[in-house]
Amino acid sequence: MSATPSNMQVLSPLREAWRVFSRNKAAMLGLLLLVCVTLVMLLGPGLYGVKPFEIMGAPFTEPFTDRKLWLGTDYLGRDILAGMLVGGRATVMVGLAAAVITVSIGVTVGSLAGYFGGWIDSMLSRLTELFQVLPALLFAMVLVTLFEPSLGVVIVAIGMVSWTGTARLARAEFMRLRGLEYVSAARAMGASHLRLMLREILPNALPPLIVSATLIIGVAILFEAGLSFLGLSDPNVMSWGLMIGANRRNILECWWAVSFPGGAIFLTVLSVSLVGDGLNDALNPKLHLR
Amino acid sequence: MHLLLAILRRLAWAAGLLVAVLAINFMLIHAAPGDPASVIAGEMGGGDEAVMASIKKAYGLDQPLPVQFVTYIGKSMRGDLGQSYTYNRPVSGLILDRIGPTILLVLTALLIAIVAGTLLGVFASRRPDSFASAAVTVLSLIGYAMPVFWTGILLVILFGKVWPIMPIAGMRDVRQFGVGGWPAVVDVLHHLVLPALTLTIVYLAQYSRLARASMLEVLGSDYIRTARAKGLSEWVVTFKHALRNALMPVVTIAGLQFGHLISGAVLVETVFSWPGLGTLALEAILGRDYPTLLGVLTFSSILVIAANLLTDLSYRWIDPRLRGK
Repeated sequence: MSATPSNMQVLSPLREAWRVFSRNKAAMLGLLLLVCVTLVMLLGPGLYGVKPFEIMGAPFTEPFTDRKLWLGTDYLGRDILAGMLVGGRATVMVGLAAAVITVSIGVTVGSLAGYFGGWIDSMLSRLTELFQVLPALLFAMVLVTLFEPSLGVVIVAIGMVSWTGTARLARAEFMRLRGLEYVSAARAMGASHLRLMLREILPNALPPLIVSATLIIGVAILFEAGLSFLGLSDPNVMSWGLMIGANRRNILECWWAVSFPGGAIFLTVLSVSLVGDGLNDALNPKLHLR
Repeated sequence: MHLLLAILRRLAWAAGLLVAVLAINFMLIHAAPGDPASVIAGEMGGGDEAVMASIKKAYGLDQPLPVQFVTYIGKSMRGDLGQSYTYNRPVSGLILDRIGPTILLVLTALLIAIVAGTLLGVFASRRPDSFASAAVTVLSLIGYAMPVFWTGILLVILFGKVWPIMPIAGMRDVRQFGVGGWPAVVDVLHHLVLPALTLTIVYLAQYSRLARASMLEVLGSDYIRTARAKGLSEWVVTFKHALRNALMPVVTIAGLQFGHLISGAVLVETVFSWPGLGTLALEAILGRDYPTLLGVLTFSSILVIAANLLTDLSYRWIDPRLRGK
């Protein structure tokens, strides 16, 4: 519970947050997992050096039977391990980029609506509601089909359908903070709208936004995996979802070709969400319960 | 009177949303590379200028864009979603054929998940340090991080290869076509088990966590202390006093998810070849059948709007304080 005043140290907010975070075993486990996944993705392909699209052996080679093909081959004879090592890059890159777009649109719309209120708020809130009505996965599927299945289109499609939650969160935060005294004081000193929004309100609205951003990264990774499972991502870029989608029709003949990439997605999203939960506790001192 | 006015206002807003969704659809068709007529001609195996002109006339593509837009809105409002290129029959009929299996799948999973998840959440909230509470935490983490199609595939491997007791594809056994009555019902239910289980796992993770958080909040409020002080049994306090208020967020999410049921089921339907709207959308993509694809999109947007309306109304039923407003 709360420490007695005598042994309470004055720490900077960042160090205080790290103190809480590092005490959280689940969050630290998530961070460790995330670092491992990142290292494997960055260094793995260089160290292993097999091209993921090349046919390396007999199709349907079982894992752990061939010394050269540890994780076996898929229905075409492509090396699963090579795909696993390279495939994470596209999946995570798309997830990150889509999360950046999601948060950018969401925070822009939400902060304008929350800060200005009035007709700007009601216009932007209606826009948000319109995008909430669009069924996310179907809409993204339509976008990717009508344009082309390239990584760029996939990123924009995911960003377009996922920003509404962030917008609502940012709107609520800006609405709450704009009425506080310190903001009125800054306004009385002649601060411009831009300065009030970016320098005064945004820093205080950041903690919940950071937490939701980590969750969005996880959702965006899952979204990308889902689209490429359906065959709606760039067919020339190896990704975990693509591996699963390509081997979808041969699940019973080669379970390893779908199980390993799926497990990799699971572990990556799990680590991101564990870190997100840890950040939530660390950045919200008021939430020290449960 | 107030209620009627409120409902009318919501209906007007819903109609506005619908027009906006249709406008987005219309813009998408015309913003996509390649003009619709040449896409149709391509599907028909190509054609010369005369064929193109006749296609343009047949589909009204020779009209100016604003006229096309008004025609499109008018037709959609009357339930005419166009003609499927591949099936060569009205899209609305195709959708009606496929909506049943999707609703069966999603409703089964949602109902099981809501009831089981709420009970689990209630139980966990009563004892925050118990095994049940830890189980909810772990379950919701795993349920959130597992790609839903991967869960389905793992179940297929488990019940299709390791221990083959469940059908893993389709909705009916080929050997049982033409069979009616109870055997048919049993056959469908047998095929329903795995896809419904896959969806239930995802939903259960969300509902148990939501119900626990919501119950914890309600159990800490003053009126619960009052109820306990009156000497009511814990059973009555939990289920009659607390749960009713704690259900509000559950209803919100359930309404949202029911509206998004087609989107939510696409991946599961694909894994299990379930003949629903999700697989129809995927077939439409593979066949470049744009009217069908956009028809499914329009139809599911309508479903979301309708579900939102119903959710709003059900608040009034759960929370009598809202009835006067």
